[in-house]
Amino acid sequence: MTASVPEGQNLVEVERLKVHFPILSGIFQTESGRVRAVDDISFEIRKGETLGLVGESGCGKSTTGRAVIRLRNPTDGIVRFGGQDLMSLKRDDLRKMRRRMQIIFQDPYSSLNPRMTVGSIISEPLETHGLAKGAARLDRVRELLALVGLNPGYTNRYPHEFSGGQRQRIGIARALAVEPEFIVCDEPISALDVSIQAQVLNLLVELREKFGLTYLFIAHDLSVVRHISDRVGVMYLGKLVELGPPDAIYNAPAHPYTRALLSAVPIPDPKAERRRKRVILTGDVPSPANPPSGCRFHTRCWLYERLGRPEQCATDDPELRNVAADHRAACHFAEEALKSDVGVVSHDADTIRRGTPDSALSGLTPGAGGALN
Amino acid sequence: MAEQLRDSKRHARKLLEVRNLSTAFFTREGVVHAVDNVSFELDYGETLGLVGESGCGKSVTALSLTRLVADPPGRITSGEIILDGIDVLKLSHEEMRLLRGKKIGFIFQDPMTSLNPTLPIGFQIAESARAHMGLSRKAAEDRAAELLSKVGIPRSRERLGDYPHQFSGGMRQRVMIAIALACDPMLLLADEPTTALDVTIQAQILELIRSLSSEFETAVILITHDLGIAAGMCDRINVMYAGRIVETGKVDDIFEAPKMPYAWGLLDSLPRLDEVKGTRLRTIEGLPPDLIDPGAECRFSPRCKYVRDRCRVEEPELSARGEEGHLARCWGTEPGGWIQ
Repeated sequence: MTASVPEGQNLVEVERLKVHFPILSGIFQTESGRVRAVDDISFEIRKGETLGLVGESGCGKSTTGRAVIRLRNPTDGIVRFGGQDLMSLKRDDLRKMRRRMQIIFQDPYSSLNPRMTVGSIISEPLETHGLAKGAARLDRVRELLALVGLNPGYTNRYPHEFSGGQRQRIGIARALAVEPEFIVCDEPISALDVSIQAQVLNLLVELREKFGLTYLFIAHDLSVVRHISDRVGVMYLGKLVELGPPDAIYNAPAHPYTRALLSAVPIPDPKAERRRKRVILTGDVPSPANPPSGCRFHTRCWLYERLGRPEQCATDDPELRNVAADHRAACHFAEEALKSDVGVVSHDADTIRRGTPDSALSGLTPGAGGALN
Repeated sequence: MAEQLRDSKRHARKLLEVRNLSTAFFTREGVVHAVDNVSFELDYGETLGLVGESGCGKSVTALSLTRLVADPPGRITSGEIILDGIDVLKLSHEEMRLLRGKKIGFIFQDPMTSLNPTLPIGFQIAESARAHMGLSRKAAEDRAAELLSKVGIPRSRERLGDYPHQFSGGMRQRVMIAIALACDPMLLLADEPTTALDVTIQAQILELIRSLSSEFETAVILITHDLGIAAGMCDRINVMYAGRIVETGKVDDIFEAPKMPYAWGLLDSLPRLDEVKGTRLRTIEGLPPDLIDPGAECRFSPRCKYVRDRCRVEEPELSARGEEGHLARCWGTEPGGWIQ
């Protein structure tokens, strides 16, 4: 198929992507409206990078993730993978292309077939793509299990015998089986406990380094996205409202929604919490079936209120435009948003990471444990 | 007794004293000691956080306080719960019902399932006000409208006849708060009140709980797995692990100088919004223990990087660490211990 893409070049290109779902009603199931889940968004994912996609439920981030690997057919727009238009591919070609792109799902409880053994779950993609046969296939499954930190002897066990974190590792092994270049991680750690989240997050980072993977990392947790991403996109009500490197998104956000979102994230530090300037958004997210006119965020926007409700916001839909190098925002008044200090968390001596004290760490030698007695 | 259950006066030095509370579930596989010998206190008007991961016993602790643990299979096996001078475990069912409405309000995680879908929300709010405060139908309706507007629902009187499905998740949680506060309780139990909500809606609900609890001088027990929420909301924190309180103290002490390797691990494994550069997260390896037969060792010892022989044979008690009210359950961080 297409030649591999060099590091840093665009691996995935999304142009004016729209995914609308019809609302059917009446006995003839006529279309009475449309849910504009994803409405005209464009971005690119560079080879070797992790693009984080954040936003609240219903903003269209998961739908975007699925459309990018054509698990969901777009209503309109173009998705190119390695230069090839995915929409133009025939079934067989699409299947061949799928070897290069995989997905890890949020819920490790429902994304693994409870009646299949772990071995058959992981070897299924190998079979589909005719990659390894017989003994070689079993070896490969064992190798994949070891790779994700599970006991290679577990091939004959069933998903219910594993904890949530272990199941997510099985899902990761399944995705890695076909040696993909690109993995959509759709909320891969949201269903897990804090200490287990960190284990899975570290695994994803290790695998990325080991295999030079490109990730589209979809999550609602802004701290997690900051931790793993090279660039971050923020979505609101079917639109991509801001896109840029983490430093820009978290320290100098140019969209008032990003600032509001950041200010809503609790920080595990009581002093920092007391000092923060918050904007608390009023009201709920409007329905994507009937989005507000103009800028979709203007009905809840604090900057719109501060600027005396400029008419432009209610009438013109702002385009995603450059506000700094590699930093794009879709706001008519991005320059005003940049001037504000809303939502940004300052770094200083008071907000350093706490946890294990340094003194305790230094006393810890690898493999110490009881040996120190 | 009935009088004391109904009125709003303070009857004791502390609002709540829990001593050696144990709650177990009797299952086919064995007896699960979900809450094991837990003791703590709560002042009037104070906000206490119960933090920990799934299965650590934080929700069962809260359910035990109100005797709402499903029986069977669950049962409070020992201990004492003194709420506003009342010995909760000695009350009859009728007295317990009075106490739940009048002294304790609840907010649960899932506003979807904790409201009755077949009744208008006005009725659901007024119900407890009528039962516990003896208000007339009209007065209860006024009270319901007042509460709805207090929790930030616009056009509150018109919406009294609406059903839960006509509200969004955040709005439903506001309705839950209105119901919880209907009888002006002394204690609000909030069990993961914002876990099902989006972060901007979460901020609204937390702000609401914060402002209403200070307005009504309600004490709050906030159960959460989110350390960020605990840091922003609580005066004091109990960290729970495997059915035990493993560390307790003022919020600043817990976050600035935690004294238990489990608390360190929890804080270490969180990616933070204010982190300058993402590095590899230090994790807690392994999984929490089975609570069917926990054994005599420190329950965190199988996952602890600092473990020594003593930890494997004998579980430490909670003991004082420096600051007032700061206790931890760890041999290593005790004065003279091997972790400093």
